[in-house]
Formats: sequence, structure tokens, C-alpha cells
Amino acid sequence: MATRLNELLRRCWKLVRELSGDDAYERYLLHHAACHAEAEPLSRAKYFRQREQAKWEGIRRCC
Amino acid sequence: MNNKIYSTLVWIAVALLGAAAVGGIALNRGESINALWFVTAALCVYAVAYRFYAAWISSKVLLIDPTRATPAERLNNGHDYMPTNRWIVFGHHFAAIAGPGPLVGPTLAAQFGYLPGTLWILIGAVLGGCVQDMVTLFFSMRRDGKSLGQMARDELGAIGGIAALVATLLIMIILIAVLGLVVVNAMKHSPWAAATVAATIPIAMLVGLYMRNIRPGRVLEGSLLGIVLLLLAVAGGGWIDHQPDLRVLFDHPGLPLAWAVIAYGFAAAILPVWLLLAPRDYLSTYMKLGTVILLALAIVWMQPHVKMPALTQFVDGSGPIFGGKLFPFVFITIACGAISGFHALIASGTTPKLLSNERDIRMIGYGGMALESFVAIMAMIAASVLDPGVFFAINSPAGVVGKEAADAVAKISAWGFPVAVDQMALLAQQMGEATLFARTGGAPSLAVGMASIFGSAFGQGMLSMWYHFAIMFEAIFILTTLDAGTRVGRFMLQDMLGNIWPKLGQTSWYPSVLLTSGMVVAAWGYFLYIGVIDPNGGINILWPLFGISNQILAAIALCVATGIMVKSGKLKYAWITGLPLAWLVTITSSAVWEKLASDDIRIGFLSAAHSMADKLAAGTLPPEKAAVAPTLIFNLQLDAALALFFAAMLWIIVLDMLRICIRHLGNKPVPPLSEAPHQPSELEEAAWQRD
Repeated sequence: MATRLNELLRRCWKLVRELSGDDAYERYLLHHAACHAEAEPLSRAKYFRQREQAKWEGIRRCC
Repeated sequence: MNNKIYSTLVWIAVALLGAAAVGGIALNRGESINALWFVTAALCVYAVAYRFYAAWISSKVLLIDPTRATPAERLNNGHDYMPTNRWIVFGHHFAAIAGPGPLVGPTLAAQFGYLPGTLWILIGAVLGGCVQDMVTLFFSMRRDGKSLGQMARDELGAIGGIAALVATLLIMIILIAVLGLVVVNAMKHSPWAAATVAATIPIAMLVGLYMRNIRPGRVLEGSLLGIVLLLLAVAGGGWIDHQPDLRVLFDHPGLPLAWAVIAYGFAAAILPVWLLLAPRDYLSTYMKLGTVILLALAIVWMQPHVKMPALTQFVDGSGPIFGGKLFPFVFITIACGAISGFHALIASGTTPKLLSNERDIRMIGYGGMALESFVAIMAMIAASVLDPGVFFAINSPAGVVGKEAADAVAKISAWGFPVAVDQMALLAQQMGEATLFARTGGAPSLAVGMASIFGSAFGQGMLSMWYHFAIMFEAIFILTTLDAGTRVGRFMLQDMLGNIWPKLGQTSWYPSVLLTSGMVVAAWGYFLYIGVIDPNGGINILWPLFGISNQILAAIALCVATGIMVKSGKLKYAWITGLPLAWLVTITSSAVWEKLASDDIRIGFLSAAHSMADKLAAGTLPPEKAAVAPTLIFNLQLDAALALFFAAMLWIIVLDMLRICIRHLGNKPVPPLSEAPHQPSELEEAAWQRD
């Protein structure tokens, strides 16, 4: 019972982190290791800056 | 087999319950009605429509193919194209489409009574808005996530493409102006509200600095810090309101507040996104989701009674909040809660690039809009739980009911909605406001409604806190839309001007940023200004214009979808987008016609301009009105020209779509379908990703 609750909470937390973009850098590192292993990944601060800039280049919010 | 019988029985029960609830709210007369009926009706209607209509469209019309690779899989680049869990995509998509429109529209439309608005929110959503969002998402996904404008150009031709682009830019400008007006009217002579809203700016900047420099990329930490500060700002605003020296600093009439909003909009457009826009967006998203969930829980728990009648006498067009008959103005006013053209821009932008499987389209496109429509139902409930007299006292502009409280109360009571001066004074005092008369715009009455629902659920003692919390919550995401919209308008303008002088098209060249941001802010700032100086409160002019432009954008999206449908040989199914399109063309054209040709000066722009010019010439206007009269006359003529322009855009694109369809059916050459070729999906059906 306790482990199932734990598992549920863990999954909720994972969902919240992914939804908010809190774990974006970790996912980026995974993607980078899988697809571009030869190059050096960006630092956390640099990655975040780039992502934020790119995010607001298009229509993100409406009425 | 047993399972099948069981599920059939459950769906029959849901359908019957929904029919009973809709029938109950439709046939109820003269008694107050439990708000739970609205919630039940809405949930059953969405469930049945989602289970049957949306499923039928996706399997029989769109031919959703779960084995086909999505653009996210084929073009995966780790940031914008990326296969993503469908719940995450749903969250992002809903956060992007949910804005202040579905809160304001139903509140204003409640002047006709609760019934017309509620029915249109339900019917319009399941047959129109949800279908529009879903098919646009589908067609964009099959075209590697192309934008609505690109699809219009590829599938219909250059004319359709240009019309879509221009309409989008103009709707953005009207939208920002009207939302700016809603915020200004909420802060007018309210030091508490103005101080709280002002505090959201440094709070957002602080969060921006935190997420960029102190703890880079820690979104949740930064957001939590921001939310705590926002709640403190609500309480702090109340403290300022009680300090005689401080409160005068935030106690302003509409015009200076409008200038402040315009200055803020310009600053937000030229500042880097990480400093203001991005952190404000995080905060407004959490505030919005949190408040919507809280409101749903409070309604279910408290089961407030709806006191607004099902229909009021204002269906004849004489309503105090905005002029115009039930047809077509209830549809124009509800706008985003039933069908929102703006969603087509989101559904053809970011979202299609994240889908990991085609079958997620129904949940995200159709389901996302159904949830948005549910927000509109809750706004309708919050407006209708107020005593109708109070609702009209808050929302009727001084130009209609008179400046003095006694006059307003007498007039509103004479309409058959009793209200008393001391009742309004007590309410204002409970909400921590100097007055609640003539606070047109929807935000204050929604906030009073929400405060009374929250107050009865979580403690009456905090009414003024709840009220200002609701105002802050509306203001923060209105300002986010204002920032983001100004920025998008700037990009579009830079894109267009880049054709004339390429250097202007460089989005990072600072002189061009300043110039184009200034132009966009000046455009919406002008309409905001005319809304503020308008003696009838401005909402009467701007909200119908906004509704018309929004519905026209939806019609453009449905034109693109219908054209694609016919070109791909699905003529017999073209009615699923064709019927909502025909309806939108009918309501927008007749609304534009009334706005141009009506003799009623509260409806027709031109008759209002003539009437004012006559009064000015006859010298019957008081001096302060005579001074602004030439400006107002020019504005009314400009509004008329704009409405005509919107209608012209609509008809151009509708005729262009029909031309393409007729050519296709006559076997003449048309622009080819631009669908990306089929490629089988190799994504593993990993359980963690499917659910």
C-alpha cells in the first residue's frame, strides 16, 4: 500500500516537473547523450536562456 | 459482450442525465436554480460529444492512423519537435488556449439571462469550437506543424494566406485593447487593486532574475517564490488601502491608468523575455490553473444558487452593458467560450510538433476546448449567482444609468431587478472597494461572484481578500496576454515590413524592435484610449469588435479545413466544418451589418457618429463632452471602417475557398494537398509514454 502510494506520488511529481519545464535540462542531457554524444552539452544556465528565448518567438498565449 | 452492454447502459444514463440537466436549466422559470445543474449539464454534454462525435470524426472523417509517424517523431530535434506524453501536451495546449476571454464574455452575455449564453457555450463548443481546434491540429500535424497562415497560402492560394495574416494581426490589436480596458476598469479608483497589479511587475522581474541568475532553470522553485509573493501582494494592497498617505498614490481615474498600461506594454515588448514575459507567464499559468480548479471545487461543494433569470427583457437589444439583440450578439459576445479563432493559431503552432501519436489529437484538440468551454460555464455561474440587481449595478456604465448611485439604483430597480444604495455600499465595503457602481468590463462582477462563492466555501471574513485575489488573478493573465500579444504582433509586423526593407525584418535589430513594438503598442493603445474616454464605458464598442474579429478568425480556420476536406475527397463529410463555418459567416455578417446600418445609436457606429455630430452642431452638448466629441466621432467612423474591413476579409476567404472547391469538383487544377508523406511509426508503445 505504502509503496503504491509512493509510486503514485513519484509519478505525480514527475508529471508536475515535466509540465512546468523544471526537468527540461535533464531531458535535454538525455537527448544530447543519445543523439549528439560527440559534442559538449550546454551548461544549465545557457540551455535555459536559449530555451526561453526560442519559446517566445511564436504565438504562445491567446484570449 | 457483457462489457459492451454495461458500457452502453452507462452512456445511455449519461445522455439521459445530460438531457435532464439541460432541460432543467432551459425550462426553469421564475425560481432560483442550483448551479450544480449547470455543471452536470456541461459535463454530460462534453462526455457524450467526446465519446461519440469526436470519436466518429477522428476514425471516420480524419482517418487517424496510430501507426503513422508524427512530425515529433520524424523531425525530433530535442526542443520544438519532440514526442511528448499526451498529458503533458494537454497541459501545455490548455495553458496556451485558456485566456481571459471565456471569463469576460459569459459575464457580459449574462445581461440576456443565463440561458442563451449557457446553451451557446455548450452547443457552440461541441459542434464548433472543439471541432475547429481538433481538425486544425490534425491538418497542421499532417503538414509538419505549419501555421494557419501557411496552410491557407498552400491550400487555398496567396489571397487566403494574406487575408489570414492581416486578420490575425488586427484581431490581436483589438484583443489587447479590450483586455487592457478590462484591467483599467478593474483598477479605476481602486488603490487596492492598482497597488496589487502594480506589484506583480517587480515580482515577475524578481522571479525572472531568480530563474536566470540565482538558480538557473529551477522553474518550480522560482514559481513557488513568485506565487507566495503574489499572495503577499494581495494582502499588501489591502494594507496600502488603509494608509491615507499611500492610497492616494494608487487612486487614479481611467485615463492615467490607461497611459500606465500603454507604457507598461511598450516596456514589456522591448525588455528581454526572461526579465518580464517568461516569469509572468509561469505565474499566470499556475494562478489560472489553481483558481479554475478552486472555483470548480467551490461550486461543487457550495452548490450556489443561480439568481439571474433564464431570460431578461434585454434580448430585445436594449441591454445596458452592450446594445444589440440576442441574435447575433449573444454569439459575438460569448466568442472564445464556444468557438475561438485564436485557438487555431495555437493548434497550428507549438502543439502539433509535440504529439507522439495521432490518436492523441482527440484528447488534446477536442478535449482541450471542452475544458476551456467548461471554464466559460463557470464564469457564467459566477456572474449569475449575484442578485441580478447587483449584477446590473456593477456592469451598467454611468452613461446609461446615471452617475449618481440613487439614479442608477432607481433605473435598475425600474427594470425589475431590485437593488438598493445601501446594499451596494455594504457590498463595496465588504469587497474593500470605494464603490462598485459602473465597473463595466466583467472583471469586477466576476470577482464579486467568485468572492461570494469562495467566501461561502472558505470563510466569509475574507471577502475583500478573495475579491482582490480574483482581480489580481484576472489582471495577471490579461497582462500576460498583453505582453505576449504585443510581441507576436511585433513579429508579424517585422515579417511584413521585411518584404519592403529586409533590415526591418531582422527580429533582433534593435531599431526595428523599437519601431515595430512602438507601432503595435500605438495601435492597441489608441483603441484602449478611445475605450477609456467613451462615455458609455468603451466595452459597448470594443467587445463586439473583438468578438467579430475572433469569430472571423475562426471562420478563416474553418475555411482552410473545409477546403482541405473537399480537396482530399471528403466532400460528404465537409459539413462537420462547413456547418459551423456557415453559422459563423451568418452571425459575423449580420453583426457587422447591424454595427454599420442600425439606427439605434447604441448599436450602429455610423448612426452614433451622426447623432453626436448633430448634437455638436446644435450646441446641446455640455462643454466637456463637446471637447471630446470630434475625437469620438472620428473613432466611431474608424470602428465602422474596421468592422467593414473584417467582413470583407471574411468574404474574400470564403469565396476563395468556394472557388477552390468548385474547381476541384470540376476536375480543374487546384493547389495540391501539402500533406507530408506517410511514414510508419517506430516509436515503442512504452506504457509510461502512452498514459
